[in-house]
Amino acid sequence: MRTEFRLSGSGGQGLLLAGIVLAEAAILEGKNAVQTQSYGPEARGGSSKAEVVISEDEIDYPKATDPDYLLALTADSYKTYGPLMKGGLIVVDSSVSLDSEIKARTLSLPILAAAADTVGKKVTANIVALGVLAGLAGLATRGTLRKAVTARVPKGTEELNLKALDVGLGLAAQSGIPSASLK
Amino acid sequence: MAENAKLMQGNEACTMGAIAAGLQFFAGYPITPSTEIAEMCSEELPKFGGKFIQMEDEIGSIAACIGASLTGKKAMTATSGPGFSLMQESIGYASLCEIPVVIVNVQRMGPSTGMPTSPAQGDIMQARWGTHGDHQIIALAPGNVKECFELTFKAFAYAEAYRVPVIVLADEVISHMREKVILPDPSSYKIPMRAMPTSPAGYKPYGADPDGGVPLMAPFGQGYRWHCTGLFHDESGAPSGKAAVADKLLRRLERKIEKNAQVLEDYYAESMEDCDIAVVSFGSSAMAALSAVRRARKEGHKAGMLRLKTIWPFPDAALRRLSASAKKIIVPEMNLGQLALEVERAIHGKAEVIKLGKVTGELFHPDEIYQALKEAF
Repeated sequence: MRTEFRLSGSGGQGLLLAGIVLAEAAILEGKNAVQTQSYGPEARGGSSKAEVVISEDEIDYPKATDPDYLLALTADSYKTYGPLMKGGLIVVDSSVSLDSEIKARTLSLPILAAAADTVGKKVTANIVALGVLAGLAGLATRGTLRKAVTARVPKGTEELNLKALDVGLGLAAQSGIPSASLK
Repeated sequence: MAENAKLMQGNEACTMGAIAAGLQFFAGYPITPSTEIAEMCSEELPKFGGKFIQMEDEIGSIAACIGASLTGKKAMTATSGPGFSLMQESIGYASLCEIPVVIVNVQRMGPSTGMPTSPAQGDIMQARWGTHGDHQIIALAPGNVKECFELTFKAFAYAEAYRVPVIVLADEVISHMREKVILPDPSSYKIPMRAMPTSPAGYKPYGADPDGGVPLMAPFGQGYRWHCTGLFHDESGAPSGKAAVADKLLRRLERKIEKNAQVLEDYYAESMEDCDIAVVSFGSSAMAALSAVRRARKEGHKAGMLRLKTIWPFPDAALRRLSASAKKIIVPEMNLGQLALEVERAIHGKAEVIKLGKVTGELFHPDEIYQALKEAF
């Protein structure tokens, strides 16, 4: 079974790193994973998209074709990728106003606010989002996720990012959507 | 999970393949989407006494690599389309002077500055004919992250064995993609080495069998004196304007690669044996193609997939052999038909060749190729 994630937002939000950690957690669980990206020429502020495909089987095509999960942290990315969702779940930051034309099942969560207020650092929003997605998808155990996060985040920020992961997992748990029951 | 299974980026695997093959010198001018190779070389090479230099531009980069190679070091540079264009003059020099060098070209959308962060595969013909005059070149196209390692390693083996510039023709998708990779045990590597003379006495730097022989290469700085020139030269390396010398040299250089074309051919084939319609592609386009071919097969259509790893010399014989049953050949590529031209030439009217070019700066979706297959059946 192939599970596809599309993480979208703005350059500098760290979505690529979140995608890498997601893929590495899957590998630690013995699965195959491919991560791809597309981005504008800007280092900060342009559009940014990371995709992760996870499967028990060989992955022949590396990009998301029909994402099971779309993360949208900005209004722009919600408007660009939301309408492309056929099935699957949209996870959108609660700062983005919802559009009734976008029909896919949508979960609005305070990811950016939780990073700033609960974790205490805005820049951890990517790891909060990672926790949300991993929690919803039932992708890996908490232990595996902690290992994957610790391996990739900058030295000295491990505790902060592990807290962000827990905050994200908490948001997923409180969402009312049973983990991995969406398929 | 297997202990050594790792999420690895194409550019990272490429760098590791080069280091496994004995890379000792990297000179480059960073450019998207190849930059990670320069970054990683700058970190890794000094750890074992290798040299990394960021040059003033791509002209300087390839020239520095050629110089390093002349002293016996394995040298590599990495670039993308615009930088690859700047390197062409020196690629011709390396070709005529028979200097091993590996050039990684991570293709992006062009011409010119183009779309710097978007994938393309438009440098097939630049890799072959970017520099002037008849010359031979080897170009290898990885189709996944593991092959970024394997084919970069092979690029060094070929460069050293045939004394020729070798191009690793990757693309943005393959090189930036990360996937689970299990690399071979380093002790299993057979490090490629060029053939060297044993004594300066009577050394002829360009003395070789006229039928595609490869001369022994003496490293500069170790007691050998020889002339290395981009002018046509005789066996001693001295410039010569004689018709017979020129003819002999250029024909030897041509034969050197041509007679080894079958040794150099490399590809991945799936369901080709009985196919009615073959899809021939390379690099990231082939990933979408494979997905489409598998879907068509599942539905009972006789579709086959041939993904070329060796682009130059073009594997004419393999293509003809493998697509013997095909009535039509679809060629998806992120350009307007460069590979399709070669397929058409090699297949010699034995099958209808259908061009499927995409130049939006995006990778094919499998549905696009599946649709082309449906139309062709």
